[in-house]
Order: sequence, then C-alpha cells, then structure tokens
Amino acid sequence: MEKLEKRGNVFGRIMQNELSMLVVALIGLMVVFSILTEVFFTPLNLLNVLRQVSYNAIAAIGMAMIIISGEIDLSVGSLQALAGVLAVMALNATGNVVVAVVVALAISIAAGVANGVLVTVLGLNSFIATLATMAIWRGMIMIITNAVSQIISVPDFSKIGTASVAGIPIPIIIMVVLVVVFHFVLNNSAFGRYIYAVGGNRESAKLAGLNVKKIKMLVYILGNLLFGVSAVILTARLDSGQPNAGEGMEMNVVAATVLGGVSMTGGTGTLLGAIVGVVILGVIQNGLVLLNVNSFWQDVVRGIVIILAVYLDVRRKISVEKRLLRESQQAQQA
Amino acid sequence: MSETLLEIKDVSKFFPGVRALDHVDFDLRPGEVHALVGENGAGKSTLIKIVSGLYTPTEGKMFFGGKECSFESPHEAIMQGVSVIYQELNLVPHMSIAENIYFSHLPMNKMGIVNKKKVFDDTRELLDYMGLKENPRTKVNALPVARQQLVEIAKAVSMDSKIIIMDEPTSALSPTEIDNLFRIIRDLKQKGHGIVYVSHKLEEIFELAERITVLRDGQYVDTVNTPDVDAGKLIAMMVGREVKDLYPKVGGTIGDVVMQVEHLTNDIVKDISFYVRSGEIVGFSGLMGAGRTELGRALIGADPRFEGTVTVGGEVLLPNSTEASQKAGIGYVPENRKEQGIFAAADVKFNMTISTIKNFSAKIGISKSKEVEKVNEMVGKLGIKTPTIMQLIQKLSGGNQQKVILARSLIKEDLKVLIIDEPTRGIDIGAKAEIYSILDQLAQAGVGVVMMSSEMPEILSMCDRIYVMKHGRISGELTCDEATQERLLQRAI
Repeated sequence: MEKLEKRGNVFGRIMQNELSMLVVALIGLMVVFSILTEVFFTPLNLLNVLRQVSYNAIAAIGMAMIIISGEIDLSVGSLQALAGVLAVMALNATGNVVVAVVVALAISIAAGVANGVLVTVLGLNSFIATLATMAIWRGMIMIITNAVSQIISVPDFSKIGTASVAGIPIPIIIMVVLVVVFHFVLNNSAFGRYIYAVGGNRESAKLAGLNVKKIKMLVYILGNLLFGVSAVILTARLDSGQPNAGEGMEMNVVAATVLGGVSMTGGTGTLLGAIVGVVILGVIQNGLVLLNVNSFWQDVVRGIVIILAVYLDVRRKISVEKRLLRESQQAQQA
Repeated sequence: MSETLLEIKDVSKFFPGVRALDHVDFDLRPGEVHALVGENGAGKSTLIKIVSGLYTPTEGKMFFGGKECSFESPHEAIMQGVSVIYQELNLVPHMSIAENIYFSHLPMNKMGIVNKKKVFDDTRELLDYMGLKENPRTKVNALPVARQQLVEIAKAVSMDSKIIIMDEPTSALSPTEIDNLFRIIRDLKQKGHGIVYVSHKLEEIFELAERITVLRDGQYVDTVNTPDVDAGKLIAMMVGREVKDLYPKVGGTIGDVVMQVEHLTNDIVKDISFYVRSGEIVGFSGLMGAGRTELGRALIGADPRFEGTVTVGGEVLLPNSTEASQKAGIGYVPENRKEQGIFAAADVKFNMTISTIKNFSAKIGISKSKEVEKVNEMVGKLGIKTPTIMQLIQKLSGGNQQKVILARSLIKEDLKVLIIDEPTRGIDIGAKAEIYSILDQLAQAGVGVVMMSSEMPEILSMCDRIYVMKHGRISGELTCDEATQERLLQRAI
C-alpha cells in the first residue's frame, strides 16, 4: 500500500509506463531489424526513416489534438492532394514558392473551418462528416486536374522536401520544431487544458464555462493547418502535385496516434506517444522494405499493427477500471 | 424458511472509492410492507439494484423463497417475480400505455402473433382498478409525470410479481393519487404480495409499513416493528446523531442584490423572476420534475433562454453562453457529479482549475507552480482528503469529489453568485455537514448562494429565503421563519 501511495498518480503512472513500453517496443524492433539487415542501423538509413515519417508525424500532431478533443478527421489524406496540387498550380502560375506555401496553408485552414462547421455548428458525427469531406476533397482535386499530375516547374519548392541544413533534412527540422511547440501548447497552455476537457467530458466542460464549440472549431482549424504543412512537405518530396497523393494516409495517422496511447474516446493521451507511434510504424515499413518483403504483405502487417493498437486501447481502459476497483476494495478492507 | 419471499444476508457492494453497502441484512414476508429508510447515500438504491439484478453483490447471499440465488441480469429478476418501480421512470415515451405495461409479457398465440385486443382490454381493466381514466392507446409522453408513475405501478401489478419494490412512489403524486396508491398497496398486501417501500416521507411509512429497516452510510442499523418506534426515534437512527449538528448555519450579512432574474422563460421554465442578495442563501424547492435543475441550467446559459434576462453585477448576460456567465462571476455545481461535473480521466488539480486556468499566467502559457500552490491551498482549506493533487478524481469519495467541484467555483476571485444543484446528493453524512459549512462560509463572505434541492431538511435549515417551483413556474416564496415542510409541500403540489 505504501508503495502504491508513494507512486501516487495512477494516470501518470500508466501513461509513463505506456510511453516507456512503446519506446521499449521501438528499440526492440530496431534491434531486430539491425540483426536481420546490415543497412538498417546506419546513420543514412535512420535519417531516411525520420524523413519518411516526418509528414505523417506532423499530421499526427494535428490528429492527436483532434482525437483528444473527442473527434476525428478522416479527410487528412485527401487534403494532402487538394492542398498539394493547388499549391503546385499556384507555384507554376506565379513562380513564387511563398505564394505556393500560403495557398496550401490557406486551403487547409478553409478545410478545417469546413470540418469544424459540420461537426460543431451542424452537430454531425465527426467520423461521418469527415468521411464525406474526404470523398469531396478527393473528388474536387480529380475534377480540377482531370486526374493528371502537375509537374513542379520551380525547383526551389522541392528543396523543402529534399534539402538539408547542417546535415539534417528540412522536413525533420520542421517536424521537431512543431512537436516541441505543440507539446508546449497541450501541456502548458490554457487552450491545451481545454482540449483535454472537451474531449474528456463535453457536458462537464460546458457547465464549467468552456465554449465547447469554439474550442473544437479551433482544434479542427489548427489540426488541418498541420495537415497542410505535411501536404507541402509531401508534395515537395514527390516533386509533383499528385491527385492521388495521401491515399490511405488517414489510416496510418489514426493508427499511429492510437498506437501511441491517444484514446479514441477522447480526453487522454500525449503528443509524444503519438509521435513514437508514427516512428514505430515507419520503422516497421522501412525494415520490411529492407527485408524485401512484398508490398502487399506490408499492408497486412500494417493492418495487424492497427488491430493491436486498438486492442491495447481497449485493454488499457479495462485495466484502469479493474485497478481502481481493486485499490478501493483494498482500501476499504484495510 | 419458506415464510420469507426474500432474504438478504450479509450483503456488501463496493465501488471505486465508495462502500455503498456494508454487510446488510434484509428480509420480506408475504403480505407485508417492509419500509427501507435512510438518508440519501445510505445505500437504499444500491440494495434495490442488487435485488433487481442490476448489480451483483461483492459479498453475501440472497435467497428467494428460501432458495439461494443471484441474478445475472434484470431479466432474471423479473422472471423470478421481482418488479421495481424506480424513481426515475423507465417507460418508453413513444409507446402507448398498453404497450408499456405489457411489452415484457405480451399475450401471444402459438404463432407469436400479439393479441392486440387482449392487450388493450386487459389494460382498460387494469387502469380501472388503478383509478386511472386514461385511454390505453394514449402515448406515455402525453401524460403528466404523476400519471406516468401510476402507469409504471400498473406495469408491476400486471406482472403479478410476488415482490414489488417501490422507490419514492409518491414523490410526484397529488394527495388523491396517493390515496389511490395506498388503496392498491393494501389490496396487494392482502393478496399476499410483499412490498418493499422506500420513502423519505415518514408519515407514509407509519401509515403503511409493518416493519422498517434503517440503513446509514451503507451500513445496516436495525430492523424494527413499526409500532415500536416514533418519528423522532427513526430520525435518530437514520442520522446517527442530533440533526441540528448537521447544519452549522451562522448566516451572512445580507447586502445588495447580486443577481436579478426577470421573466426567464424557455421550453421548461416559465416566467421566472427572482433576486439574490449578497450574503444570502436562496433555496429552490419543489417536486421531482418541477423544473429546478432546468432553471439552474437556464441561469448559466447551459440551456438557452428564450425570453427574460439574467443580470449579474449590472450586466445583462448572453442567453446561451456558459462562458459569459462564468466571466460575469457565476459559479455552478451540477446535480450529477459523474456525468456533468468531473473529468474522470484527469486528476484533482485539472478538475479544480479548469474554469480559471487562464488566471494562472506565466510569460508564455500557464504557471504550473502558481496553480499547484493555489490547488494545495484549497485542498487544505476545504479539507479535501486526497494523497496528492495529482490523484485521479475518480478515486476520491463522493464528498471529496463534490468539494473539488465546489473549489472550481471558489477559486474564482470575482465569484458573485454560486448556483448549486443538489449540494449533497450521494454524499456521506460527515461530508454533508462540511459542504453545508462551506456554503455558509461563502454566504458570510458575501457571495449569493442559490441552492436547488429535493431534500426539504437542508432547504429549511440552510436557506434565508425559499422559492417553491411547480410545473416550471415559481408557485411561492417564503422566508426562513415562515417556511415549514407542510407549507413548502402545499405550494409544490
């Protein structure tokens, strides 16, 4: 009993355990791939893994915030194409990289407003609403491009995805900066508290004087803005505006977020957990490629990891409840 | 053994942070009314839920007709002949009276086709017996709450259950309806049914019950024969000490009006006008469904106001914004802590500061050290029992959770009015007195307190002025000196 009390906060303990558990799993995977392949544990390959996961990680920051606030956004993948291709079109028309980036971000903000209005003003279920916008964004970009890729005619734009500063690729720098900033927002700002509150208990949050709709709206806008950043990097790396870019990305990002301990029911989870989740998925994919595993099998493995992630989420909740009950019974018998 | 319909031996039920029932005994004989009494939170509802199969006991044994059994689901309990009439109604609003009464045991032919004519004919007969002049085809949601409660009772009668449990059956009924109910109860008794009667109203218990079992704080106090006790003795058993200790009212100095409400109207509450002065505790009393909770929600803008104004500190509040009412200095403590108050996945600190977190500002973001300091101060001040402020709020007892939710409002520096709905629901008796003391100190500090409560003793003992509500309207206003239980009831019914 004494030990239990010393360690205090169950919540923090589980989250810490969970984060450390994830890190252990990650290290385990890395050891396995290092043994199985010669290439895996080389600076070049590790940097490559980080660069590959960078845009998923940036999108996962937004997704983590949205899921913590008690909602979801499935339109992330389609937005990659919509924002990316329109940015390329703006780029080719003006020759100005800044204009292209601004166009991508502005479209993302507009998409965030649209999703936010559907969920908060019209009160639609976010799963269905964003499933619909996912189809709409994808359809729109297909109509605009007639399903033809847009070649980038200003090479400077592609440098966002390929260039390095002091040996570190730009996408990784952007990712690290954003993780640090949003980790601070979630943990050290009033807005961060509000995100956990509206996701944890919407009614309690409302009665405590929080403007639930405004908070959810802001979360959608910020989240989609982050999706826009990832769209810019993805487009730059692809070196073209692809109308089918980001297909299936929602699955990767949601899975990584849940794998990282962000509960689908909202109100719990950490940003760092979500990022570790993204890296784990990235390492698995990279390892399988290095092992020459057929890409169809990669899909199967990814699906299994998702099932595992959701199963862990369910188990987590059950074990918290059981622990609470056990502890209170012990306390009562004592 | 076969003389008892129901026997409960040494039953306990634990929940996280609460010992809801602690080694309780209870038995019921055919042809008797056995009353179950105790304060809110004494464990009456938990006991009922165990008998009806909603909860499985943590420890102990249950016997039905002398045979040991434990129900895994409410359905099993119904099949064994247990009917429960809950305080919260369990009717399907969009179905007819007849369908509601018979849907668990519809008369069917071999093909599984429902004999509709029989359903309606039987219902007609049953309603006549109950003294209800309603058409069996009327949809339940078209009936007033009192009639709905009678339909619920008719349902239990129709099932011919050996054991009928009634939880506060008269709380929404008029005097004639109550007489009618008592006639039915006596008739059921003669036919050999056993009735468990749960009520706060002691006069009803003395009129109906053969025996009385008293619970207190989840513990079994005693079972007595009704002729052997009087009201005073019964109350002493329920409370466990002199009642006057419970209400430590000193009272504040009453000052200017801090909240003025004029002609407030929405879909539930109609044309409500009242005022609250600083240092004053104003109570809202009334029957279940009178609109007290809805008024509280409308005051803070949680439910929109259609007409009328709420003025606090000279400022007319927006009709639908809890954010605006918080900013104007209104604090709110809801009725259902679990669903509307706490953030279960978060710790004590998070729960306490969520309304005021912006005030703990650092250069960028929030200052966690200022926050921790303030939270620790409140934990000490209110005597919140928690190992650390990082403890999950779920793990605290109901009383300590309530103090955390109260503290959420108390740390507002500009708190002018506190609205608190059912201040002590589901709280054990020791913590109750502490909550009352906190409310009293608030009034002394010049805050206007608005208290909605279904418990007359706390309204009568804590309030300076009392408004009575009925059908969403204010039906009476009484000062502390004028108010008695009878006068409140007269205006409520």
